[in-house]
Formats: sequence, C-alpha cells, structure tokens
Amino acid sequence: MVTLLFFASLRESLGSSREQVALPGGNATVSSLVEHLRGRDARWNEVFAPGKSWRVAVNQQMANLATPLKPGDEVAFFPPVTGG
Amino acid sequence: MATVRVQAADFDAGAELEALTRGRADVGAVASFVGLVRDANDGQPIRGMTLEHYPGMTEQALQEICAEAGGRWKILDAVVIHRVGPLVPGERIVLVGVSSAHRGEAFAACEFIMDYLKTRAPFWKREDTPGGPRWVEARSSDDTAAGRWDEDPAGAAKR
Repeated sequence: MVTLLFFASLRESLGSSREQVALPGGNATVSSLVEHLRGRDARWNEVFAPGKSWRVAVNQQMANLATPLKPGDEVAFFPPVTGG
Repeated sequence: MATVRVQAADFDAGAELEALTRGRADVGAVASFVGLVRDANDGQPIRGMTLEHYPGMTEQALQEICAEAGGRWKILDAVVIHRVGPLVPGERIVLVGVSSAHRGEAFAACEFIMDYLKTRAPFWKREDTPGGPRWVEARSSDDTAAGRWDEDPAGAAKR
C-alpha cells in the first residue's frame, strides 16, 4: 500500500485529499501508478491526461514519472506551485 | 541552519531581521523581501485569498532552498516565514531575510531564495474574486526567474 495525497485544484477536481491504494504489480513507478489511477473513471482519466499540468512528490521530495515506488511511500499530486 | 516557519499568524518583519544579527558582530549586511497580498490580479479585483500548503514537505523544501543558497554564497544566516490560511489585501504573506558580511551575497541570496520558493515550495493560492474563487495559475515568468540562476550562477552572483 502507498498513501496518496492530493492538493489544491487536484484535490477539488478529484474529490479526494488522502487515500491508501495498493501498488500496481511489477516494478511500480509513478508512471504505472498514474496509469492505474486513470483507469478509475472519466474524471481521473481527464485530470491525469497527457499534457495536463501536475507535479508529483514521493516521500516529500519532488519526483517524476520514472520515480520508483515501494510499499509505505507517500505520493503527493498537486498543480504547479503558486506561493510567495 | 536557517529559520523556517509556516504559520497562519502575521509576523513582525523588524523583529525577525533583528534576530538575524542579535549577539553577533560579523554581520555587515541584511537583505530582506516582504511579499504582500495585492487587491488585484490578472485584471480582477481580489477580495482575499487562501493559501494552502503541504505540511512537512513545505518546511523541508524551504530548508533545502536556504541550504542551496548557503552553498552558492557566503551567507551567515537566513530566515523564511510564509503564512497560510485566509489573507486579505494588504496583509503580509512572506518574509525572506539573509545576513552576510557584505551586501552582494545578502542581496543575491535573498532574491535566489524568493525565486526558488516561487517555483519549488508547495504552496497554492486560491483567490476570492467577484466571480467566485479561482486557483492561481503558475506563471512562466516565475520559472524564467528561477531558471536564470542555473544558466549563469556566476553572473547572477555578481549582479
């Protein structure tokens, strides 16, 4: 299992701020997790469609599609940041 | 180790900058930046905004940005305070303060920390406009501002 976190507009679009999911089989990466999530329904498919602007952090460090995942990881998805 | 705080409450910029120099005589310069909530953005009046963040990662990201600044310039200390939650126009959002022996390092490191904060620290603004709330879109000019430190770090340090 990994913990998923969603922030800001992604949280609102997906209607979820935090959940636990089983990792997809094989050598899981952010990419395989995102493909898995896109298969849930049209809304998830749309939010993570190619060309959509989102960022991902694994265990609170900026990550990318190729970042490997292991059980217990915290994976956060969010839009480009706008602080300051 | 820089002082990093993420808080809902306002801050006293003068007291925070004073703390950078208290009890030490090796500081020759303190540079600072204070960011405020404007009453308009992208042609829309702004009644207020709410700042969301990623607790834990935010503080870590700010510490890393300060450490990165410390690797590039000879700075003596730094403070970053960023507010979260609801804010109205005129309120302070963020303070960056940097102390060093000479002004060049303090100016450069302060601007660098702010540019990196804008593109790397996990904060998000939601503005309240007459048409309803809207999430602020990231600006490509912020990426450009952060990117110039990579293209020509030596030149940036000499500015």
